Amino acid sequence: MNLDGLIFIISAAVTIFGAVMMIMQRNPVAAVLYFILSLVAQAVLYVQLGALFVGAVLIIVYSGAILVLFLFVIMLLNLRGDEDLGAPSAPVSQLTKFIVSIGIVAEFAFIMWSTVFSNSIPTGIIAGASDNFGSTEQVAKLLFGRYLYPFELTSILLLSAIVGAVVIARKEDKDEIESEAEASTDKVTD
Amino acid sequence: MSLEFFIVTFVKIALLLAVLLTACAYSTYMERKILAYLQHRVGPSYAGPYGLLQPLADGLKLIFKEDLVPDRVERITFALAPIVSFIPAMLVFAVIPFSSEFDLFGLFPSATEGVISDLSIGVLFIFAVTSLGVYGLVLAGWSSGSKYSLLGGIRSSAQMISYEVGYGLSIVGVVLVSNTLSLTEIVSLQSGSLFNWFIFKQPLGFMIYIVCGIAETNRAPFDLAEAESELVAGYHTEYSSMRFSMFFISEYANMLAVSAVAVTLFFGGWAGPLLPPIIWFLIKIVAFMFFYIWLRATFPRFRYDQLMDFGWKVLFPLALFNIMLTAALEIL
Repeated sequence: MNLDGLIFIISAAVTIFGAVMMIMQRNPVAAVLYFILSLVAQAVLYVQLGALFVGAVLIIVYSGAILVLFLFVIMLLNLRGDEDLGAPSAPVSQLTKFIVSIGIVAEFAFIMWSTVFSNSIPTGIIAGASDNFGSTEQVAKLLFGRYLYPFELTSILLLSAIVGAVVIARKEDKDEIESEAEASTDKVTD
Repeated sequence: MSLEFFIVTFVKIALLLAVLLTACAYSTYMERKILAYLQHRVGPSYAGPYGLLQPLADGLKLIFKEDLVPDRVERITFALAPIVSFIPAMLVFAVIPFSSEFDLFGLFPSATEGVISDLSIGVLFIFAVTSLGVYGLVLAGWSSGSKYSLLGGIRSSAQMISYEVGYGLSIVGVVLVSNTLSLTEIVSLQSGSLFNWFIFKQPLGFMIYIVCGIAETNRAPFDLAEAESELVAGYHTEYSSMRFSMFFISEYANMLAVSAVAVTLFFGGWAGPLLPPIIWFLIKIVAFMFFYIWLRATFPRFRYDQLMDFGWKVLFPLALFNIMLTAALEIL
């Protein structure tokens, strides 16, 4: 077997292992760690496909920023493995989640089946990509050319999410803050 | 990919690793010695001539110490944390060009590039790897089951997240000027004359980079993660023996990495007259390490709110301004 194939099999196996272990964990910190493992292996897959930029950004944005914040919150709440996760969900929502996941598995199976056992390429997969497909230059040209408006609109969406988070996190009115401040000073003087 | 490629790359990795680990050990010696002279002391002077064997003695002492694992720790993450903080620090050097083409005194069959891997996204690789470094501290702080470690871990992760923004944005200026993400190309663009160095094209970018770099490595005056007077030792309070020394080594490896990236991006990398390129590279890195130590001896520690304010309200807008300015100048 050639080296590319070996690297693909190892990183694909690690990706799936990490993803499965992530949803099997009861300990939130272990779940986050398996998620990181899965993402790093996934980045290797992107790099193998020649999408170096996407691979690097996956690590920078997901592993480097978002999951650090996850861990941060878990640490602040001090969640441990034996945490009570509440009652199991209602039968209706359980049924829904089974139906949806079976549907997704069937869809993937169909796509795999049509690629592996026939010569046709399923729609949505780009055939005959150019040599520097996925390079930083190509991604930049698409982002700041053809997809400029969707790209900029996404940033507005993120900005509004940040503003929303600040509004929710802020205290309702000044009286409340003052009364709380008084309460805390009372505690100190006691 | 031929067999020759594998052997040459393997030799390069082995050499770099050996040099790097020795350099980490002797950085501690350098720090203690320079700090001592700056404070009008002599520093380590018993082990060997001028105390030169001190790092070796320290290493032996740490290896033979008892490896204490407190009762309330999360065992797996506790063991994982030093390794997680150690590996990213080493990985940065995979893309740093340390020399021009060389053949190791004729030992290699043909001349080879003076870098382990010349990635076309070298700069992004550095971002990616440095952003993983924070996990070591976070996990160590959380899994130790001690309030000092937890507070140290929370502090350091908040600090690193905040300063990573400025760190990344300060390098964007260099990318705009050089039009490439490959570190080898960035170095070759700076060769020829002293004034081709990007420090002259990106003075503001460099200042932001070095401040953020010091904050990223949790060094004085930004060493709030291990403020002795408040937190005992911060995230590594509960660690001992080799596990502790791995945190120690990775701190110095991180300092070396920040220095190496600064040399590559702003100070012409290995380029220099007369002396061999590798010597120039080492001289520049040692100069940066001296700067680090000098800072530690000069400045008192920041207060925590000052640190956050400085990162978000001063460095972040300044870095954005630098990008705007550079982009405008590039278009003109």
